[in-house]
Amino acid sequence: MAHAYVPAQTHAEVTRDVVATLGAPSRGYVMMLAGAVGLFLVGLFTFVMLLKDGLGLAGYSPPVMWSVYITTFVFWVGIGHAGTLISAILFLFRSQWRTAVYRATEAMTVFAVMTAGLFPIIHIGRQWVFYWLLPYPNQRYLWPNFKSPLLWDVFAISTYLTVSTTFLVVGLVPDIAAVRDQVSGWRKKLYGACSLGWTGSDNQWRHYTRGYLYLAALATPLVLSVHSVVSWDFAMSIIPGWHGTIFAPYFVAGAIYSGIGMVFTLLIPLRKILRVEHMIVDYHFDNLAKLTLFVGSILFYAYAMEYFVAWYSGSTYEQVTFWRRAFGPMWWAGWSMIICNAFVSQLLWFRKIRTNLTALFVISIFINIGMWFERYVIIVSSLSNDYEPWAWGQLNPTWADWGILAGSFGWFGMYFLLFARTFPIIAIQEIKETIPFPRKRGGH
Amino acid sequence: MATMTPGVLASFTQVDAATDAIRALKAQGRTDLTVYTPAPNHEIEEVLDHPVSPVRLFTLVGGLTGCAAGFAMTFWMSDNWPLLVGGKPIATVPPYVVLGFELMILLGALSTVAGVIIMSVVNARKRVPFSEKFTDDQIGVFVPCRAEEAADIENLFKRAGSVEVTHAA
Repeated sequence: MAHAYVPAQTHAEVTRDVVATLGAPSRGYVMMLAGAVGLFLVGLFTFVMLLKDGLGLAGYSPPVMWSVYITTFVFWVGIGHAGTLISAILFLFRSQWRTAVYRATEAMTVFAVMTAGLFPIIHIGRQWVFYWLLPYPNQRYLWPNFKSPLLWDVFAISTYLTVSTTFLVVGLVPDIAAVRDQVSGWRKKLYGACSLGWTGSDNQWRHYTRGYLYLAALATPLVLSVHSVVSWDFAMSIIPGWHGTIFAPYFVAGAIYSGIGMVFTLLIPLRKILRVEHMIVDYHFDNLAKLTLFVGSILFYAYAMEYFVAWYSGSTYEQVTFWRRAFGPMWWAGWSMIICNAFVSQLLWFRKIRTNLTALFVISIFINIGMWFERYVIIVSSLSNDYEPWAWGQLNPTWADWGILAGSFGWFGMYFLLFARTFPIIAIQEIKETIPFPRKRGGH
Repeated sequence: MATMTPGVLASFTQVDAATDAIRALKAQGRTDLTVYTPAPNHEIEEVLDHPVSPVRLFTLVGGLTGCAAGFAMTFWMSDNWPLLVGGKPIATVPPYVVLGFELMILLGALSTVAGVIIMSVVNARKRVPFSEKFTDDQIGVFVPCRAEEAADIENLFKRAGSVEVTHAA
C-alpha cells in the first residue's frame, strides 16, 4: 500500500494541521485538563498530610512495607517503556508508521518517568533527605552501597529520565522551528527562542540526523536495562515469588505492554480533541495493537512460566506463594492480573477489534488496570506470605494510598495535556520525511 | 542589523529541480552552498556529498568516559568507605557493571547532544539569507557570489526550475 502511514497529505498540509493543534483549546481539552488538575490537588493534599503525619497514614504495616507506592512506582516506570520502544527502537528498525504517534508516546515516557520518580521519594518517609540516595561528598565520609539494586535503580531511573527528555527535546527542535515560521507576535518570539536558531540547513541536518541516530542507539539498550534493573529490586532478594531469573525479560515485556495500553488510552481521545483524526488513523492503531498482541503473548508465556517454575522448583515456599496468588486471600487481584493482561490481549488476534477504537479504548483500560494489579500482586502477595507463617499479614490500603495514586494520574495527565497544547504532538519533520517532494520529471 | 552575505537565494518546490541546480553549481566549482529543507532528504544529501558528521566521535568519547567514570566512582567509593559483609570482597565487578553501563549511556547521550550543538555552530555559515517557507514545503539554495555573478546564477536557478529567486546584498 502506497504510503499508508501518511494519509494523503502534502508538506504544507502537515505543517498547517499540526500548528492548528496549538490554537484555541476545545471544551473537551479544558475539561480533561480540569480533571487532571483536580486529581493532582487530591494527591497534593494527601502528600501534605503524609508530610505532617508520616507514613503511618498509608497502609504500611509489617510485613508489607512495600505496598501501593512501590506498586505505582513500577507501574509508571513501565508506562514509559512503550514510548522509547516506539520512538527509538522502531526508529532503528525504520518502521515509518511510528512517525504519527511517536512524539505523543515519547512525551508520555518523559512524564511517566517523572511521575515514577516521585514515588521512591514519597515512600522513604523523610522526603526532605531524599538526596541521601545520591553519592555526594559529606562530612561523615560515607558513600552509598553500590551493591544494592536500590541504588542501581537510582542511577537507572535518573539516566532514563535525562536521556528520554534529551531525546524528546532534540526531536522537537526542527518542529518548533516549523511552528515559529507559521505564527506571529509573542508566540513567534517564544517558539523562536525554543528553536535555538534552527533553519533546516544542510549543515544542521547533517549533524542532527547523525546525533539523533546515536541517541536512538543509546536509548535502545537503556530502555531494556531500566526495567531489568527495576525487576532486580525484587529478584536480587530471596523473597518467594521474587527470586526468579525470569524477572528481567518478564518485567520488560510487561512494561512495554502497559505502556502501549496507556498509548491507546491517551491517543484515542487526544486525536479527537486536537482534531487530528486524519493523521492518526486505523492503520496506526492496527500496528500498535499488533505490538500489544506480541508483547501480551510474551507476558502470557511469562505468567505460565512463573507458575511452572514455582511448581517445578520443588520449593514449598515458592509453591505456596503461587498457590495463594491464585486461591488465597488475594485471588481477586491475581485473577484480575491474568485476565486483564494474558487473556484480554488475545482479543487482538481479530482485525475487527484492532481497528475498532472503542474496543481498543476499553481494552486499554483493562491493560492499565491489569498491569497495576500485576505489580500489586507481585509486591504485596510475596511480602504478605514470607517464609514464616507466624509473620504473615495482610495489607490494608488506606485513603492515603489511593489519594497519592489518584494524584499521580493527575500529575501525569496535567503535564501531558499541557505539552500537547504547547508543542507539536505530531512530529512534523518526520512525517514530512516520509512524504516525497513533487518532481518536475513526474513520479515520486 | 547585520548585513547578509551577498549572493543569490532560490526557492524550489520540486526536489529534482533543486538537485539539478546544485549539480550545475558544483560543476562550476561552487561548493560553499547552503541548502535548506523542511526535512532530511536523501537526494539532496547525495548530491551535496558531505562527509559523515564527526558527532559520532563525541558519542564515542562520552560513552567511554561515562563507562570509565562509573567503574572508577564505584571502586573508589567502595574502597573509601569499606562495607565489610560476610567476608565478601569490598569492591567487585558484577554489581558495578550496572553503574558503568548507566553512566556510559548518560554521558554518551549528553555528549552526543553537545556534539550536535557544537558542530552545528562551528560549521554554521553566518548571515545567510533564509525564508520561512524552507521549514514548511520548499527547498532553498543559497550561493554566495559577487554582484556581477548574480545574473548568471539567477538564470541557472530559473533554468533548473526555481519558483522564486532573490538577491542578497
